[in-house]
Amino acid sequence: MKIPVSITINGRQYDRDVEPRLLLVHFIRDVLGLTGTKVGCDTSQCGSCTILLEGVSAKSCTCLAVQADGASITTIEGLASHDGLHPLQESFWNKHGLQCGFCTPGMILASHELLRCNPNPSDAEIRHGLEGNLCRCTGYQNIVRAVRDAAGAAEGGAQ
Amino acid sequence: MFAPEFDYYRAGSVAEARELLDAHPDSTVLAGGHSLIPILKLRLAAPAALIDIGRIDALRGIASDGSTIRIGALTTHAEIAASDLLKGKAAALPEAAGQIGDPAVRNRGTIGGNVAHADPASDLPAVLACLGAAFVIEGADGERRVSAPDFFQGLMTTAVGEDEILTGVELSEAGDGEASAYSKFAHPASRYAVIGTAAKVGLSDGVCTSARVVVGGLVPAPVRAGAVEQALVGQAVTTELIAEASRKVGDSLDDDDLLGDVYASAGYRKASAHAWVRGALSAAVARAG
Ligand SMILES: Cc1cc2nc3c(=O)[nH]c(=O)nc-3n(C[C@H](O)[C@H](O)[C@H](O)COP(=O)(O)OP(=O)(O)OC[C@H]3O[C@@H](n4cnc5c(N)ncnc54)[C@H](O)[C@@H]3O)c2cc1C
Ligand code: FES
Ligand code: FES
Repeated sequence: MKIPVSITINGRQYDRDVEPRLLLVHFIRDVLGLTGTKVGCDTSQCGSCTILLEGVSAKSCTCLAVQADGASITTIEGLASHDGLHPLQESFWNKHGLQCGFCTPGMILASHELLRCNPNPSDAEIRHGLEGNLCRCTGYQNIVRAVRDAAGAAEGGAQ
Repeated sequence: MFAPEFDYYRAGSVAEARELLDAHPDSTVLAGGHSLIPILKLRLAAPAALIDIGRIDALRGIASDGSTIRIGALTTHAEIAASDLLKGKAAALPEAAGQIGDPAVRNRGTIGGNVAHADPASDLPAVLACLGAAFVIEGADGERRVSAPDFFQGLMTTAVGEDEILTGVELSEAGDGEASAYSKFAHPASRYAVIGTAAKVGLSDGVCTSARVVVGGLVPAPVRAGAVEQALVGQAVTTELIAEASRKVGDSLDDDDLLGDVYASAGYRKASAHAWVRGALSAAVARAG
């Protein structure tokens, strides 16, 4: 069985026929070739497949493409604007919030969700807000600094 | 990981979902997918078809008529955790929902899926049992309401029949001097409940007028801790009384039923359960008082 889906990703609409069992992350990566979204654990633990589905964070390894039919999605490729990087991308860069970078797309989109719900989080709230995202490299300290920095930048009007 | 092949149908209403379930043998309801999709990927189940109820708006939302709160089956953990109505009138529920998994899981997972799945390590079964919830099920003979002891029939088994849909849960608002709380020993990696305890108490002039304590996580289905409740009712509530009453939780746990794993053995869970009972009771008493 194939099902027609129409999914808007980063502002562009994609119409495809997909098998119902196709995961959203494979639709994004393998069908559309948008490889910024990663597959780490494939078991909804690591958060490297995090995207924004209708503006809120979701793990795309635990969602079927057919469930996202008609939805609007933002992946890491769609976060920056023509004017430059998103403040979170700037902060991860400035605060060295990454080493190998594998977890970074998911970390940044999970941080986006965190700041959407809580624009001025404490360090403890940042750590809690990112508990669905694993990083094997950084030890998290600089990720927390980067999110704190991005929150400050948003507050200072840089956004 | 790739799930085995299945067909997919999207229902626009509960009636249509029931028709689709009926028309497609070996079909399964799909809500948020946060329990079902992992199961399909691990090939622990291979239904012929999924009936997606995720777009049925009538199954979404939290509303009260002033005494009974109705929560639609598709309401997400994030929506429950953020609800001011629930924080004020059924505090244990948003408290538990806010501790499920992580933010992205809470954005997709639903209360209906959580209880219909009835994983013993889930948080919401114990809470809803404690709050005296009625589970609203729609089937061939119309709508019926089932209480928690009848709803949770054992390990991953509920009263929801094969071609039935759980449409929501109903709770009574906490009255004056009543409050509830949830206390959880979360598995450090998965965040699922190793032990989860929900408590609801009524207080009048410092005396406990009612108590309901339910534990989950270490048992196949939520268990009411009757001995703890009896030790509280009619007594002036003190920290010592709460600690002493909490120690009686073991009386309600049948050793043959207890769950254990490599992380926490059954014996360890049983021995430490009192601490989480005490936590939930202390928080509920503080809120009620
Ligand atoms: C990484 C991760 C961490 C998690 N941590 C926790 C945790 O700490 N605590 C916790 O409690 N849960 C946890 N969960 C489970 C989560 O709460 C699930 O979302 C929930 O258990 C299932 O809800 P769902 O909407 O995703 O249901 P689905 O996965 O869509 O469905 C689950 C089952 O219920 C059935 N079903 C669903 N809705 C209905 C309905 N309305 N009527 C009849 N049958 C229905 C389906 O057929 C299926 O068998 C976690 C999940 C993940 C992926
Ligand atoms: S790949 Fe989705 S959570 Fe790890
Ligand atoms: S930077 Fe390498 S996994 Fe996080």
